[in-house]
Amino acid sequence: MRDHDWPAGSYVGEFADANALVAAVRSLRERGYTGIETYSPMPLPELDSALAFRRSRLPLFVFAGGLAGGAISYFIQWYANVYAYPLNLGGRPVHAVTAFIIPTFEGTILGAALTAFFGLWVVLRLPTYWHPVFELPGFDRATIDRYWVAVSGDDARGGADVTPSELRSLGATRVVTLDRHETPAVGRADGGS
Amino acid sequence: MNDRVLLRGDAGDAALTDSLLAPLWSTPSLWWLLFLLSCAGTVLFLFSIYWTVAKGIGTWGNNIPVAWAFAITDFVWWIGIGHAGTFISAFLLLLNQKWRGSVNRVAEAMTIFALVNAAMFPLLHLGRPWFFYWLVPYPATMGVWPNFKSSLPWDVAAVTTYFTVSLLFWYMGLVPDLASARDKAVSRARKLAYGIFALGWRGSGYQWQRYRIAYVLLATLATPLVISVHSVVSLDFAIAQLPGWHSTIFPPYFVVGAIYSGLAMGLLLLIPLRRAFQLEDVITEAHLDRIAKLMLAMGLMLAYSYAMETFMAWYSGDRFERYTYLFSRPFGPYAVLYWIMTALNVLTPNIFWSARLRRSSPALFIASFGILIGMWLERFAIIVTSLNRDFLPSSWHFYAPTWVDFGLLAGSVGLFGLLFLLFIRYVPTVAISEVKRLRLELASQAAGETAGA
Repeated sequence: MRDHDWPAGSYVGEFADANALVAAVRSLRERGYTGIETYSPMPLPELDSALAFRRSRLPLFVFAGGLAGGAISYFIQWYANVYAYPLNLGGRPVHAVTAFIIPTFEGTILGAALTAFFGLWVVLRLPTYWHPVFELPGFDRATIDRYWVAVSGDDARGGADVTPSELRSLGATRVVTLDRHETPAVGRADGGS
Repeated sequence: MNDRVLLRGDAGDAALTDSLLAPLWSTPSLWWLLFLLSCAGTVLFLFSIYWTVAKGIGTWGNNIPVAWAFAITDFVWWIGIGHAGTFISAFLLLLNQKWRGSVNRVAEAMTIFALVNAAMFPLLHLGRPWFFYWLVPYPATMGVWPNFKSSLPWDVAAVTTYFTVSLLFWYMGLVPDLASARDKAVSRARKLAYGIFALGWRGSGYQWQRYRIAYVLLATLATPLVISVHSVVSLDFAIAQLPGWHSTIFPPYFVVGAIYSGLAMGLLLLIPLRRAFQLEDVITEAHLDRIAKLMLAMGLMLAYSYAMETFMAWYSGDRFERYTYLFSRPFGPYAVLYWIMTALNVLTPNIFWSARLRRSSPALFIASFGILIGMWLERFAIIVTSLNRDFLPSSWHFYAPTWVDFGLLAGSVGLFGLLFLLFIRYVPTVAISEVKRLRLELASQAAGETAGA
């Protein structure tokens, strides 16, 4: 799930290595948990099926950004050299399609790349300088050598009695509640883009 | 096999992070020495720029018919050096070459700094660099627009796109490592600075998954730029009628030469870097070996281009083409430079048929140095020997550079060094999260082999 907001009754467990985290997430998933998110210092493609995020729409936006970039650059060249300031150079056509291809290609790449970069910011809501998990003692090691799994309090499967003990049984070295920490007021409902 | 090891030692994630971030917290005295040297170079650069702008480009050696000389040679040389960065980081990512993770950050930084230098030269060559914005299509009150049938606005489009995409790609790769630096920083100022640039990265599963998609997309977009940028630069020459320039071989020939010189610069930076910051466990001999192999391949392709270019000049039957390639370059006024260039570019890479030399830091360092000089001379040969003797012997003119030309070239090397030194001091020089990922994969591979045996 996306972790913009952690409801009351959410728990985080800390694991010492990546393999333990992957095994724990898969196991939680098998036990019926759905509101799971992880925090790790490196990408873990192994978790893709277990975390089951929606298919990203970013590639579609990037495609559209590329088309727009190409169209805009072709238009600028047409406007400049055909419409606003046509130059007769040795009788060559003012609408020089072959010459215009090169800046059009560059504009396409530029449009697509800018969309990919800033599209990621939009999708991940970057920059977000404060998040409840940052308040957890020891969470600064999540970018170094610790692996965390968080289970949402909304998850019907869990609860104060069940979740912490299940996390511990899966090998969590430490289980902390996210309750005492204020949740930010942001957050649309779960979903991806 | 021991000689294929991409990651040595049994350091855990924490120790690995510490060692890769160490350059950010402590400064060896060698750094200060190099820093002062590059500051001196940068001052020389600034002074040469001041001299050029204050007195005009008449202070340079170029004059009709040699209208392009040092400045455009420097431009093509620097922009070529940038190519290996994108080649290593984007091409090799798409080809799933795991070894790129340890060297891509340095290569990308090299690209960006090389492009900063490259852009200076055409701007200064404008004569009135304060009007550089006339190159950009914007609705000016003069009602004049750039002519897109000329190759020079193509250059502007290609170089600005390349710079922007390289910068975005570099920064995107940096974000998770900046978060590590944020969480490891001791002083509050450092924590704040890295924190701001890390954008609040927390490494959630969702963030990593979307990040991977965006990163591969950017790599896919940067890959055609490796091919296209130097192709566009080569069109500055190829679409002209001048013997020595007017050739369809130019785009692939320039791209090969660009990657070749960029790999040489990459080695020139990596070899002292891995030694000074004890990165030998992360940037191993296996990395040097692979870059050397790529350099050998590029060198052979370049030698083929030289041969083909000369053959086509003869085969064309055109007396001006034949004169330029078969007489003016090998025996004309710049013949010495031409033969030094050929020796450095064609012979040097052949030492890398030897596996031992591919792993020898001194051999690689010296060879790379030679190749960089050779590649600069190649651009000089293409530009100056073609211009100084064209169709009409009555307009022939011997070109000689002035101290300002040399000042700009040496100064730009100083600025490059300065930017690179600041980079290794303030930015994580190795992609930490990628190296950790590599470690995990190597460990599970080893575990699988043990279980299978």
